[in-house]
Amino acid sequence: MADLGVNICGIDSPNPFWLASAPPTNTGDQIARAFDAGWGGAVWKTIGEPIENTWSRYSSVDLDGKRMMGFNNIELITDRPLETNLAEIEAVKSRYPNNVLIVSLMVESTREAWHRIVRQAEDAGADGVEMNFGCPHGMSERGMGSAIGQVPEYCRDIVGYAKEVATKPVFVKLTPNVADIVPPARAAKAGGADAISLINTINSVTGVDLDTFAPRPTVAGKSSHGGYCGPAVKPIALHMVSAIARDPDAGTVPISGIGGIATWRDAAEFILLGATTVQVCTAVMHWGYRIVEGMIDGLSGYLDSKGMASVDELRGKSVDRLQKWENLDLNYVIKAHVDQEACIGCGLCYIACNDGAHQAIGAEREGDRTRVWIKEDACVGCNLCSLVCPVHNCITMQQQDTEHESLTWVEYGEGKGTLEPRPKHGLTITAD
Amino acid sequence: MTTVAVPGLTPLPGLTPSAAFAEAHRCLMCWDAPCIRACPTAIDVPGFIKRIAYEDNLGAARVILEANILGDSCAHVCPTSVLCEGACVLNDVDGRPVPIGRLQGYATGPVIQGGIQLFSAGPATGKKIAVIGGGPAGLACAAELTKRGHEAVVFDAASEPGGLNTRGVAEYKQTRTAALAEIAWLQELGVTVRQNTVVGEDVTFEELLGGFDAVFFGAGLGAIPLLGIPGESLSGVEDALQLIEAVKTGAMAPDAFADKTVVVLGGGNTAIDAARLAVRLGAVRTVVAYRRGPDEMPAYRHEVAEARREGVAFSFWSAPHSVIGDGRVEAMRCARTEPGVPGTDGRPAVVTTDAPPFDVHADVVVRATGQATRQSLLAELPDVTTDGRGRIIVDDEQRTSQAGIWAGGDCVNGGKEVVNAVAEGMSAARSIDAELRR
Repeated sequence: MADLGVNICGIDSPNPFWLASAPPTNTGDQIARAFDAGWGGAVWKTIGEPIENTWSRYSSVDLDGKRMMGFNNIELITDRPLETNLAEIEAVKSRYPNNVLIVSLMVESTREAWHRIVRQAEDAGADGVEMNFGCPHGMSERGMGSAIGQVPEYCRDIVGYAKEVATKPVFVKLTPNVADIVPPARAAKAGGADAISLINTINSVTGVDLDTFAPRPTVAGKSSHGGYCGPAVKPIALHMVSAIARDPDAGTVPISGIGGIATWRDAAEFILLGATTVQVCTAVMHWGYRIVEGMIDGLSGYLDSKGMASVDELRGKSVDRLQKWENLDLNYVIKAHVDQEACIGCGLCYIACNDGAHQAIGAEREGDRTRVWIKEDACVGCNLCSLVCPVHNCITMQQQDTEHESLTWVEYGEGKGTLEPRPKHGLTITAD
Repeated sequence: MTTVAVPGLTPLPGLTPSAAFAEAHRCLMCWDAPCIRACPTAIDVPGFIKRIAYEDNLGAARVILEANILGDSCAHVCPTSVLCEGACVLNDVDGRPVPIGRLQGYATGPVIQGGIQLFSAGPATGKKIAVIGGGPAGLACAAELTKRGHEAVVFDAASEPGGLNTRGVAEYKQTRTAALAEIAWLQELGVTVRQNTVVGEDVTFEELLGGFDAVFFGAGLGAIPLLGIPGESLSGVEDALQLIEAVKTGAMAPDAFADKTVVVLGGGNTAIDAARLAVRLGAVRTVVAYRRGPDEMPAYRHEVAEARREGVAFSFWSAPHSVIGDGRVEAMRCARTEPGVPGTDGRPAVVTTDAPPFDVHADVVVRATGQATRQSLLAELPDVTTDGRGRIIVDDEQRTSQAGIWAGGDCVNGGKEVVNAVAEGMSAARSIDAELRR
């Protein structure tokens, strides 16, 4: 059995699975139950000056009958008294000394406020703190959360305030609501961040009630933009995590990956792209703490199957495989292949290719079913047919023998090498 | 032997919104979808299912009803497992097709049963069409003509419209109330039905041909003829269609067959309907006696399987010999048969063996041996030709051999499904419309 234990900026965690700062980490009782279920660590729901919440707080996006493909909230930081939170942090840490307890913090942007809250969290026994520079709703209107994460200079300076007094690691949680995630990551590092957590939620309006015209979540007929998360945001999160991991400067800071993680497979992808730990929220809000059991078993079995003894061996293995487009091989040729035995004749590959891609699939009725075939000379290997096919492994993309050596756009621009011939449309329509 | 609870006399409840939503999302939305090709009325199945999935139920109902104006009935009575659902590509994935029939009922039910009118009569053309027969073919034809602006008048011999839809569909598939609501919806659309009007008696063919611009003949089939065997008039011998109707109208009590043994004669879908109905009426033992073997039964395999699951037994190669009893039925005497030389239809001829007849105990005998054609009625239309089995011959637009007369439904196809009758009625209406606008 592989060792799932990880160390992030000096903190040992029994496994890489942490709960993100959110409703599932609102109370000590919840976190105790989560640790009992197997979570390696938890980031306490953001503490700071007490606030009050609206009654309606969450909304979601369903996809084809699947619930909560995307999730949105307008909930603010903790609404519990600071003293209660601190007392519970102390109680949880004393009962679960081997689990990681990070405390998320958000206060006004003064040196004094940050000094005070960091000391309070550490005094309560936190293994570290996470500076919440990410929440895009409500608190940002008050000059906190993403209002800080969006300005690298603020980011750097305020991390500096915290680091002036912190004796434990300082995590900085970044907002994805920026044009480029790398500058705020570099700024966090410049301020002294020990680790970076990302992504926080994405600005969103999940929908509108078509009867009342009120956007969701509806608060007395009105709404406010919220923060989007859940499975829908995973690709955005993976991109941002990898962008930091690839950056020669910010990439040296350990990453706690967040964004749509629900399964061990999701976690493995974040780890492959550079994350040391992963944080989960929406999936637990959907299915409860018990999902960690499958995550532990799945990741452990996966590492075993790859002959890896620890998570460390997996970490970052895909980082260098993400490249600029100009470095991709233009002479790598693949074409679709249909397994006629497996094909059920739905014709989706045909209509998708014909209307939505490159007109490289033929279809005809054969008896009472539809038969499709790939037009080899027209197939550009775009993958679309294999993506829409509802039958597992029915359409596969198969590499073709080529005449010429690999050739990148950069090399091609320099006049090197020879391009493999490729299908292109000639004139497809005329005025008459 | 495993026993199952006695099934109910009324249809299963429709899909809940959650179930409909989930099932609708299973539809792959095939290109050139085989379910559409398998539907005699060519309903755009993926089109209506995706409308359900995206919460446009009225839109879904409109798609269905434009192709099949009796789509609500068909949702309940169609043999979907050999039509749309049988063609669903998901059969090849996990053997679980999209439940198209139930989804169809989910969309049409609130519209038809709730009286929501989606269509209106077209701009008046001044043309009048006489429709003979108020069953599915006639009603579908009349409705389509109405939508196209023609005045369609349905002449129906019965006291209630609907034909077999109202009287002959086993109540556990579709209720009489639901069938009547559908007809009321058609009347709201503008279809006129004259009940208790027997063509040939109350109104003559000459009057119809002279007073209307076209005639659609959709009079269906006649009664189930007597077999001509001894004992057929004993108390306890029932006509399957009359039995089904008596249950529908309430003339027969829901426990009428309690503690009784029932023998059903025949091997078609009406025989299976009657047998499954007998089970629901409390019969302790129900036997279908059929003069050929299981492979020759015209009944749908899935219906036979359901009947077996419900406890119906089958006695094959058993031809009716005589009904035994003293005033009341006591037994059904059957002759033992065996397959002979295949006839022109490929089915083996039925040969009675020398074996002595055998008795099957019976309190009730149900005749379900096929309906007669309307020979006497058709005799009044000498220019309308029929085939060797008395079926009216039509072209691909339902035109008969006599100009001005179209035909469709059981009198043409010999007794098929409601959906076939609707398809033929609507096809005829389109042809009549084109003809009258020429």
